[in-house]
Amino acid sequence: MAKTKCRVVVRSEYCKGCNLCIAYCKKGVLAPSEGLNKAGYHYATPDDEKECTGCRVCVLVCPEVAIEVYGE
Amino acid sequence: MNKVFMSGNHAFAEAAIRAGCRSYFGYPITPQNELGEYMAEHLPKSGGVFVQSESETAAINMVIGAAAAGARVMTSSSSPGISLKQEGISFLAGFQLPAVIVNVMRGGPGLGNIAPAQGDYFQATRGGGHGDYRTPVFAPGSVQEVADLTRVAFDVADRYRTPVMILGDGMLGQMKEPVEFPDMLVDLPEKEWALRGRGEGASRYMASLILDVMEMERHNWELVRKYQAITKNETLYEGYMLDDAKIVAIAYGTTARIARAAIKRVRKEGVPAGLLRPITLWPFPKEPLQELARRIEDFVVFEMSTGQMVEDVLLSLEGRGRVAFHGRPGGVVPTPVEFSRILYREYQRQVKSEK
Amino acid sequence: MKLLNKWPSYYKKDVVTHYCPGCGHGIVHRIVAELLEEMDLGKRAVCVNPAGCAVLAYKYFDIDMIESAHGRGTAIATGVKRVKPELFVFTYQGDGDLSAIGTAETIHSANRGEHITVIFINNAVYGMTGGQMAPTTLLGQRTTTTLGGRNPKFDGYPLHITDMIAPLPGVIYAERTAINGPAGIQRTKKAIQAAFQVQVDGLGYSIVEVLSACPTNWKMTPEESFKWITEVMAKEYVPGVLTDKRGGPA
Repeated sequence: MAKTKCRVVVRSEYCKGCNLCIAYCKKGVLAPSEGLNKAGYHYATPDDEKECTGCRVCVLVCPEVAIEVYGE
Repeated sequence: MNKVFMSGNHAFAEAAIRAGCRSYFGYPITPQNELGEYMAEHLPKSGGVFVQSESETAAINMVIGAAAAGARVMTSSSSPGISLKQEGISFLAGFQLPAVIVNVMRGGPGLGNIAPAQGDYFQATRGGGHGDYRTPVFAPGSVQEVADLTRVAFDVADRYRTPVMILGDGMLGQMKEPVEFPDMLVDLPEKEWALRGRGEGASRYMASLILDVMEMERHNWELVRKYQAITKNETLYEGYMLDDAKIVAIAYGTTARIARAAIKRVRKEGVPAGLLRPITLWPFPKEPLQELARRIEDFVVFEMSTGQMVEDVLLSLEGRGRVAFHGRPGGVVPTPVEFSRILYREYQRQVKSEK
Repeated sequence: MKLLNKWPSYYKKDVVTHYCPGCGHGIVHRIVAELLEEMDLGKRAVCVNPAGCAVLAYKYFDIDMIESAHGRGTAIATGVKRVKPELFVFTYQGDGDLSAIGTAETIHSANRGEHITVIFINNAVYGMTGGQMAPTTLLGQRTTTTLGGRNPKFDGYPLHITDMIAPLPGVIYAERTAINGPAGIQRTKKAIQAAFQVQVDGLGYSIVEVLSACPTNWKMTPEESFKWITEVMAKEYVPGVLTDKRGGPA
């Protein structure tokens, strides 16, 4: 059975648009949001089409502890 | 403990240990080296902590750490070293942390010398560091009073959660006198506010940084209420031969002893002189002085400086009476004969002006 | 589906930090909070935070903390640890705090072998005050007080404080790591864990210097900052274990 996809959730109001998670995600799951959060940042937004392997590099490089990764 | 013969420096240390002080952080500087040496020898014996730091600046910050952890803590130094501690003392005031800081004063400014002087009065009584704060300042006049006031200082520091200063001078620190010590204070109450790891409870933090100006103002006025309470409850002074006095000397510490001897001399020559001795320099004994000024015209302020406490006398008297000043700065220790001549001259001036 | 990355319980959740986007402090804060939980130290921990960008760290760590005057952290930590040795005491300091105004406190607390741990964030500038030169500013690096780039003729050389204290017998463990990517971040966590363990085991003093990005004052993006650490800063401040006397004197 194919490994079920993991899911990334970004606490958008805590993201400061540093884009580190976007830079280091090997699967290109994350991208800057269209809109802005209350602080005026384009926040990291997961693209559900992309396949997240749950490696959690994004969590590692996030300075704001703003990313949650769900999986098995 | 029965009477022993001990120097002021040693008495500061012994009295602190008996007051439950279990941590001392200091740096060598004459004329108070013996205080730190006594702590190095005796503090560990009662399970205490002695650290000789790399500077007075480091020492006062170690004091902050120990105080924050709830320990009774002392540091001592002399004039230049006390200047280095002013930032830390301001932080202690901001943190509202108790600590006892002993200044065995010496000649200044600059490197000055190691002789006894009283040139740090302003620094001690006006909040010597930055920001709006004061510290209670005790001025012992004998080795016995060094022992007694050290205990009072620790009590006031804990009760009001404030740094407290004790101003001695090189003579008081070095000279030996008979002294009796109260019993050792044991099992002091835990300080509930102290840092000891959050355990299962909520975490706590101690900071003197208050970025919100309204919050900072509230904090300043809270400190003022504390200082008002200290002024109301902790002011100490002593009168000597004041009842029939017509001219009153005002002096503290070593200088008060010299004034007392001078008063005995001039009394023999018919000069009705008395002494008002502030024991707390801050809060200054303003009311007792104003009380005296109802019937006393002439005051003579004696200091081992170029005149600092005299300003508090003038402030308290608010223009009433005549205030003469006689000071010997730089580490010169005046003599009773010298003071008696001043008292005699000032009294003659009074007698002439009444004719 | 379950959450794979548990929230570090000694880190306050409902707070947006004041740090700039991409600042290394945020990452090191998380690492410290994770370790306090994993090593069960949070209940008896007291952290001394510096004057500098991390002056507000007590808004983020959910442990007992005390703020220090600029540079005095290790002296305060000495006072706390000496009177309450059962506490787990560590300082969290910046390069100006630790290796400029606090140089004497840093050297002598290490030389006394105080049983404390020092977390030293080296971002080569004074962050909070707007990007002035720090003792660790690199040669040629532009800051608001080295406009033409740090010139040794006037500004001296990058100071290697951790290397200077590493040989001291009192220093049991000293390592330098870099927040310059996933590997560096994981190495930083291992280094701080080792340093914390030195204190837990009662061996003595430990310090971890962490090369950390300051995108705002470096005038780079966070990603460029990581690259700059790897390609430039880490050449001057080479990551690695500087001393490890855990096995006793060599």
